Amino acid sequence: MKIQFKGLTVAMIAALSVVACGKKEESQPAAAPAAPAVPEVVVKLGHVAPLTGPQGHLGKDNENGARLAVEELNAKALEIGGAKVKFELLSEDDQADPKQGTVVAQKLVDAKVNGVIGHLNSGTTIPASKLYSDAGIPQISGSATNPKYTDQGFKTAFRVMANDVQQGKVLGEFTTGNLKAKKIAIIDDRTAYGQGLADEFEKAVKASGGEIVAREFTNDKATDFAAILTKIKGKKPEVVFYGGMDAQAGPMAKQLKTLGIKAKFLGGDGMCTPEFIKLAGDAAADSQYCSLPGMPLDKLAGGAAFKETFTKRFGGEIQLYAPYVYDAVMVMADSMKRANSVEPAKYLSEIPKTDYQGVTAKIGFDEKGDLKGGAISLYQVKDAKWAYLETLGGAPAAAPEAAAPAPAAAPAPVAAPAEKK
Amino acid sequence: MTPKLRRVIGLSLVAITLAVLPFVVGAGLSNTWVRVIDFALLYVMLALGLNIVVGMAGLLDLGYIAFYAVGAYVYALLASPHFGLHWPVWVILPLGALLAGVAGVLLGAPTLKLRGDYLAIVTLGFGEIVRIFMNNLNAPVNITNGPQGIAGIDPLSIAGVSLGKSVEVWGLTIPSVHLFYYVFLVLTLLIIVVSMRLENSRIGRAWVAIREDEIAARACGINTRNMKLLAFAMGASFGGVAGGLFAGFQQFVSPESFGLLESVMVLCMVVLGGMGHIPGVVLGAVLLAVLPEALRHIAAPAQQAVFGKILIDPESLRMLLFGLALVLVMLYRPAGLWPSPTRKREFDKAAR
Amino acid sequence: MEIFLQQIINGLTLGSIYALVALGYTMVYGILGLINFAHGEVVMVGALVALSVIKALAASALPGPVVVLFGALVAVVVCMLLGGAIERVAYRPLRHAPRLAPLITAIGISILLQQLAMLFWGRNYHAFPPILPASPHSVFGASITDVQILVVVLAGLIMLGLTQLINRTRMGRAMRATAENPAIAQLMGVDINRVIALTFVMGSALAAVAGVMVSANYGIAHYHMGFMLGLKAFTAAVLGGIGNLPGAMLGGLLLGLIEALGAGYIGDLTGGFLGSHYQDVFAFAVLILVLVFRPSGLMGEKVSERA
Repeated sequence: MKIQFKGLTVAMIAALSVVACGKKEESQPAAAPAAPAVPEVVVKLGHVAPLTGPQGHLGKDNENGARLAVEELNAKALEIGGAKVKFELLSEDDQADPKQGTVVAQKLVDAKVNGVIGHLNSGTTIPASKLYSDAGIPQISGSATNPKYTDQGFKTAFRVMANDVQQGKVLGEFTTGNLKAKKIAIIDDRTAYGQGLADEFEKAVKASGGEIVAREFTNDKATDFAAILTKIKGKKPEVVFYGGMDAQAGPMAKQLKTLGIKAKFLGGDGMCTPEFIKLAGDAAADSQYCSLPGMPLDKLAGGAAFKETFTKRFGGEIQLYAPYVYDAVMVMADSMKRANSVEPAKYLSEIPKTDYQGVTAKIGFDEKGDLKGGAISLYQVKDAKWAYLETLGGAPAAAPEAAAPAPAAAPAPVAAPAEKK
Repeated sequence: MTPKLRRVIGLSLVAITLAVLPFVVGAGLSNTWVRVIDFALLYVMLALGLNIVVGMAGLLDLGYIAFYAVGAYVYALLASPHFGLHWPVWVILPLGALLAGVAGVLLGAPTLKLRGDYLAIVTLGFGEIVRIFMNNLNAPVNITNGPQGIAGIDPLSIAGVSLGKSVEVWGLTIPSVHLFYYVFLVLTLLIIVVSMRLENSRIGRAWVAIREDEIAARACGINTRNMKLLAFAMGASFGGVAGGLFAGFQQFVSPESFGLLESVMVLCMVVLGGMGHIPGVVLGAVLLAVLPEALRHIAAPAQQAVFGKILIDPESLRMLLFGLALVLVMLYRPAGLWPSPTRKREFDKAAR
Repeated sequence: MEIFLQQIINGLTLGSIYALVALGYTMVYGILGLINFAHGEVVMVGALVALSVIKALAASALPGPVVVLFGALVAVVVCMLLGGAIERVAYRPLRHAPRLAPLITAIGISILLQQLAMLFWGRNYHAFPPILPASPHSVFGASITDVQILVVVLAGLIMLGLTQLINRTRMGRAMRATAENPAIAQLMGVDINRVIALTFVMGSALAAVAGVMVSANYGIAHYHMGFMLGLKAFTAAVLGGIGNLPGAMLGGLLLGLIEALGAGYIGDLTGGFLGSHYQDVFAFAVLILVLVFRPSGLMGEKVSERA
């Protein structure tokens, strides 16, 4: 086979020269030289989330939380290790795709960032965490709930909210305890998130004496659940639990009503959104419950103030995890302060010793890097809105001193996660 | 300069370029681009495998990614904490290729009597079935760990040296991505050589005969059934090799990497590059693998600069361009961007 | 017993939805021998267009049913234009190309339509307003809603109407002739370009109706709803015998029943090994089995191998 060698070699030489003369990416280590005048050192923090795609609104929300934190830190003009510190946010888009997540992680590692906040989805956080661990870069996630993230045993992996093990446990105990249900049916959408949460829920229900009468499955693109719901109807459950997202939970609630299934409907944070209420239409009823890690912002000490500052800076509502990401940045900075160094190798050992009062909770980490005592809040549909019910689990965060907690009328976080992993 | 000398010089230039490419790119742009090139090489392998099935034998396979999945999961199951097995690479890769080949025969066997459109749909169905099984085979017996995927896979290791970490050679530190590049490059070149040999052999000619006119081929004494199965098996085995390398590279596999969209993407690469023409297919694969990253670097800032905000995010733009490219190429250059001269003649005669 | 009856009803409703979409598929395939991958996306466009119109008119004083009807009408018109355009631009030039070309073009159009819909209507799932009261009727202990009854009735009516069209009218005769042998039909004075364009347009109109009904039934519409639906509908059409209108109806109903009964009972039958997570696999398995053992489908005639 003849290949046009001349053309090919010319093309290759041209390509090589373009690349070789291309922009060199600066990779400055962020060490702080002890110069006589107070020098300035730039601390680069990487932040990764899906900024485009179905969860773009959530990713942007996370990024805003991180940005707010960085701006506030810079306004404080901290001095660490004898140098004035200026934080810089390197924001990257991983599109909720594991492959893309590793590419972006490589990019941040190459840029020698001092720390990484993120990612958003468990599906991307887990593979990326290996790259960060290999490079010794600390990583704190404000939204990845899959237990595997910290199970891997990486010293650099941390998270500042409850994971799905805790969420499933709380939901299970709520079902057998508060809802006093004995027969429970479970459906999950066969995604890493949905199935993980449903498995934990099942374990918790069985452990607290409940009986699983049916375990059915669908997928995250389906709209017709009549067949599996009919099968469940035959087993007469008192509660139907769905591990999955609002886009399926909505039509499912509708079909539950059409089929005349009188059970209560329960879901995790994927269902805890205004989208669910919209899609369920007039099938939304007060027999529907959901859970969210953390506590409603208004019940937290710094909550109301944070909300105001956030809304003023970025306009629009907080979607879901912005406060957690904000806390993640603050924890990282706090660890740097305590270690008196911005170098990953030095401040990494300070992170496990964190005892920090954040906007979302009092933050401390256990041996795996999980949040110690993560709280889970439960919500119930009332008047076509998610209304706060109660909080289970977790160490109580400092309650707001002035205002008494308003009864069951705290506005639920506005969120519309399309797909979580 | 004699043609022979020209060829030698040309080949050596190409060889040198390929040898130093990662270092040049790594220094000039960044290691992220080397990672992109690594993925591009995987896609080249996939495209060459699909080229055998679609380009040479003319069997439209829309479920090709299933073989990639088989190769990846075989590697994941045999070299990770999942089952606690840690077999060496030189056992797993050929095994993965073999199993993928067997899968190819199994999936191909029922389709032997089917014509183009039906074949496409059936292979699509098979691809989806494999993916759904991968996603759900975690109860009652946990084989694939379901949607959580398998993490912590051992990185590739050659002769005891793990490619997952950087390596010190003669005072030079070679980062892990570069090491993977070289391994992938060697295997890609191997696959290219095998493809070329197949193309110029009796088997290759038999495939082309089947593609052109199956009845006439059978009349000439070609065992169309065996040839078709062989095409499926060979194509699938290339996919299996690529899958194993992918698992050893990313160290994490999950069913969502093996969906219909990936199959369509690989098909795109073959069709757009030049069906049946090896250099064309390589070009198509490299272009389409590098495109998303390039778009992200160009499209987002460009839109930001011109419009002040992002109108079409790079992911949508990429898909839009794919769809558009498929339609336009079929309408105006159905033989592909770099077709073989014979195919070009065929298509030009047939179209319009 | 009422569970079994309910599953039957589920299957029939689901099946009628498949049938509605399959009718359009089978018409086009019958004439052109082309799997129009983009058909599912046209269904999706119909649903979303209708949604936009209904939302826009919601504030007006027009009564509910009129708004819905108007929305459906606009959807039909838009889809007819869309179908005609696709045929003219993408399929007509490739009529004499090798089989691969229009197939790949169809995939490209499908991707294009999905992306454009996503850009235009966003990625979120939209709630489709109820067009009929949602309270179910009780039938021997099983429930069925007005919308579901409408879907089944509509599918049947359309199938009958189309069959009359194909068998009793001049245009129908022209369609059959073109399907049989385009060259000879042309010689007999049939304007095959017009016939083919008309078939596409009709198929797309059907797709729009199907889209509205699907969205009304599930209360949801989004840019990705067309893909799986199109695939399943194609399976149904093949099951019944591609190119055969009653076959499409039969195939649709059968497929719906297989999926509903499968999801409902396979878990118990296999002791938990297979379950409802393999629901989609049933559809594909049916497709493969039918194509391998009876490629002409249940009601199709034996088709000899086209060279």
